[in-house]
Amino acid sequence: MSPKTEIRFKLNGRELQLEVPVTMKTLDLLRERLGLTGTKYACGEGECGACTVQVDGKTVNSCLMYAVDLDGRELLTIEGLRTPQALHPVQQAFVDHGAVQCGFCMPGMIMQANYLIENQPGLTREQAKRGLEGNLCRCTGYTKVLDAVESVVQSKA
Amino acid sequence: MDPTASSNPSSNPSSKARADAAPSLIGQRVKKPDAPDKATGKTRYINDMVLPQMLIGKVLFAGRPHARIVRIDTTAARALPGVHAVLTGADAAGLKFGFVRDNVALKDRVRCEHDEVAAVAAESEDIAARALALIEVEYEDLPGVFTPEAGARDDAPQIHDNFPGNRSLRFEFKHGDLAAAEAGSDFIVDNVFRPHHVTHCCMGTSCAIADFDHNGKLTIWTQTQYPYNYKMDLAPALGIGPGDIRVIQPPVGGAFGSKLDVYPYEPIAALLAKKTGRPVKVLYTRGEEFKASPTRQAAIIHMRTGCTREGTLTFRSADVLLDNGAYTSWGPTIPVIMMRTTSGHYRVPVVDFKAQAIYTNNPYAGSFRGYGNVQTTWATAQQMDMLADLIGMEPLDFHLKNAQLSGEVTPQKSYLRECALVECLQTAAAASDYSRKRRAYAAARTQPGRFKKGIGLASSIHNAGGAKIHKSDGIGTILKVDDYARVTVITGASEIGQGIDAVITLIVAEELGVPTEHVTLVNNDSDIAPWDVGVHASRTTFIAGNGARRAALKAKAQILAGAEKLLGEPAAGLALRGGAVVRAQDGKEIIKLERLLRQMHFQAEPELVMVTDYYEPKSEPEGASHVSDHSAAYAHAVHVAEITVDTLTGEIKVDKVTVAQDVGRVINRMGLEGQIEGGLAIGLGYALSEDMRIEEGRLKNACFRDYKLITAPEMPPVEMHFIESMCAEGPYGAKGISELPTIVIAPAVANALANATGVRIFDPPMSPEKVARAIFEQGLPGASQPEAAARESATV
Repeated sequence: MSPKTEIRFKLNGRELQLEVPVTMKTLDLLRERLGLTGTKYACGEGECGACTVQVDGKTVNSCLMYAVDLDGRELLTIEGLRTPQALHPVQQAFVDHGAVQCGFCMPGMIMQANYLIENQPGLTREQAKRGLEGNLCRCTGYTKVLDAVESVVQSKA
Repeated sequence: MDPTASSNPSSNPSSKARADAAPSLIGQRVKKPDAPDKATGKTRYINDMVLPQMLIGKVLFAGRPHARIVRIDTTAARALPGVHAVLTGADAAGLKFGFVRDNVALKDRVRCEHDEVAAVAAESEDIAARALALIEVEYEDLPGVFTPEAGARDDAPQIHDNFPGNRSLRFEFKHGDLAAAEAGSDFIVDNVFRPHHVTHCCMGTSCAIADFDHNGKLTIWTQTQYPYNYKMDLAPALGIGPGDIRVIQPPVGGAFGSKLDVYPYEPIAALLAKKTGRPVKVLYTRGEEFKASPTRQAAIIHMRTGCTREGTLTFRSADVLLDNGAYTSWGPTIPVIMMRTTSGHYRVPVVDFKAQAIYTNNPYAGSFRGYGNVQTTWATAQQMDMLADLIGMEPLDFHLKNAQLSGEVTPQKSYLRECALVECLQTAAAASDYSRKRRAYAAARTQPGRFKKGIGLASSIHNAGGAKIHKSDGIGTILKVDDYARVTVITGASEIGQGIDAVITLIVAEELGVPTEHVTLVNNDSDIAPWDVGVHASRTTFIAGNGARRAALKAKAQILAGAEKLLGEPAAGLALRGGAVVRAQDGKEIIKLERLLRQMHFQAEPELVMVTDYYEPKSEPEGASHVSDHSAAYAHAVHVAEITVDTLTGEIKVDKVTVAQDVGRVINRMGLEGQIEGGLAIGLGYALSEDMRIEEGRLKNACFRDYKLITAPEMPPVEMHFIESMCAEGPYGAKGISELPTIVIAPAVANALANATGVRIFDPPMSPEKVARAIFEQGLPGASQPEAAARESATV
């Protein structure tokens, strides 16, 4: 067994302190230890974006990030995006525009879309395409995803 | 123009009959009921499932294409703490399964790189992986067969003892006098097309969880898209009866045909579960997924098509050689559809089709969206374009001249009752300004400049009402309405992301006048839901939609009869709308539906509203002769692709796609658009970038970095035109829709490439490397060579 170390970080707005093996990836910590299975494994090599989460306001592939590196940081996952009462506007837009088919890539896609919308005011469709290039989807052809992103951008304008 | 407008939305007969009625849901945009939970990460996919006491199963793959196993020693693996079972070929001996019973879950001889030679069940994935590393296997490598041509040679190594000459399946269909038709042809095109290996790349990797109870019954949680025949196919791999299997289908991360057969990891999970007495989960990594999941069938198609000087097709012949791979799944059965396209794509009076599958030591193919037709249309649609140029005829005129009309019957007896090919051709061509642009781009080919524009049109025909390749193509539906007017539909129809959940809730809500949110689907447990043949053949909206509608109409009749009995209002004058029983004439509410349902229930002669239905489409079994009306409907689609080719790098950018598709009738507009856009993306990957690099049986690019899917920036805008041919047998007139988008796009791009550059690629994908090389070797007619183009671009 690999050695363990204690980390303290904020997960979806709440402080958390726990011991993790130094070789553990953030993706595995979320899925296997914390039961947060909304973040998906689809390649484990940072090539598909299905495991996208936000760390200190920036999106990362959680399959590439060691859990020990969460120490002192703020982690936002797909489960933390919504309030207990309502879907986040980006989530709602994905539902309303038919962007969800099998849905497996959608938590990562939504995390990335939300990041782009928050950090690029007036995000254009072309910019959104570039920004979502690292998120693979096999069902939708991305069109309805981009429709959803555009609708959120417009509602903010 | 509204890019997603239906061609004739006013021709909706039921809306005329319901002039009184509330707005119909048919053709509206209905959200997928499961979308909110999927968008919030709440949905628990099979990949996410954990059961109490569950062990993790892991598979040892041979990693070599052809070998004898001299010795296998699992002693050290068994001794590792946390290991509960280690299985080898000896544990699956004699448990043959598969289409021709040529496969076993665990092998005692290696026939392809991903052959499963051992499996472990352990407390964790980590322990299971370490146990695999402790298994000692001594192999004696054997000479391999890596192309079907090599496999067909007399001196080729034999892959299966009981398939002499490596001969797998063979298909033939002949119609008319080929020699006479050839003699009567003024023009003949003759090409060899080589559709390649690609794979499904479901975002959720393959996964199965198996558990036996103490009565010997197996429960398997699986991604299967055909739960009922799945039992029949899985049972022999385990030596149990199909009746002793319960299939549960949790949400899946895509399927696209890849889960239309049993693959070894599923019986492996079950064998490990049986051995350990505990639930066992097998979940592939992405690397394992690339290597061990099925491919699209690769083929070598020698196709010839003839026509007269006036542009009338005279014959089409296809001689097809299929790389069977090491085992026979659905891949080598694609000639069943290939021959329908060969004989039915336009009016072809004389047909000669033959196909032979040859075993090789390559990965083996399953079914994949567009099954057989992706490969065939790649050939037929390019030859149509080539013939038009040979004759010197406008391609659109050539297509129209040979397009079938409603009521025509193909040589294989596909009865095209409602045929909208002409309307699809005219709509797509007009909307894209196809003919004018094609002439202009061809003329511009000789102009200087690095970037060339091209436009290409392709069409195809596909079954759109199932395909009766089994004894039945039917579906069972059970529908109940509770005391609160909440409806539960228990249906055999599987949801794999395609959106049958939205279609069924829409249809049932339409008939029973309740909100779609009040309709719940139960469709994921073979012990509960009745039989269905599975999600394939563009059949589910058609078949399951009909089943749901028929069940809803039975419930409606019972409810209105109840209203007549209790309220004295003649049932014939009543309707269900807005959660109430209303007078059909003026919509006046008579009684709330839930109140009526309770009155019907709690009375002297109590009754519950619960109905059953079994729907079998009016199609004929495929049969050995392949002459039968095997689908309840057929449909066409036409794609026009507009592209820009970088003649220096060979890169193709698809600027726009115009789609005109006969959908019968739009049911859920949002789902329909999504299926077309998504199907197109798979077809574009096939056309441009996806390519399994298999060298001597070994896959060299088992990751997304090296196996290139279409990403958001590469997806072109798609303009869609839905042609509503109003299929008499389909639900509300609908036809199946989901495969044509994947089938038609690749040859449309190929025809655009030819228009832009004069270059034709016969072996997809049309990668930059291939396109650049072809341009370099053939040169652009009249255009500058790439070196010159490079100099030009520097000055642009």
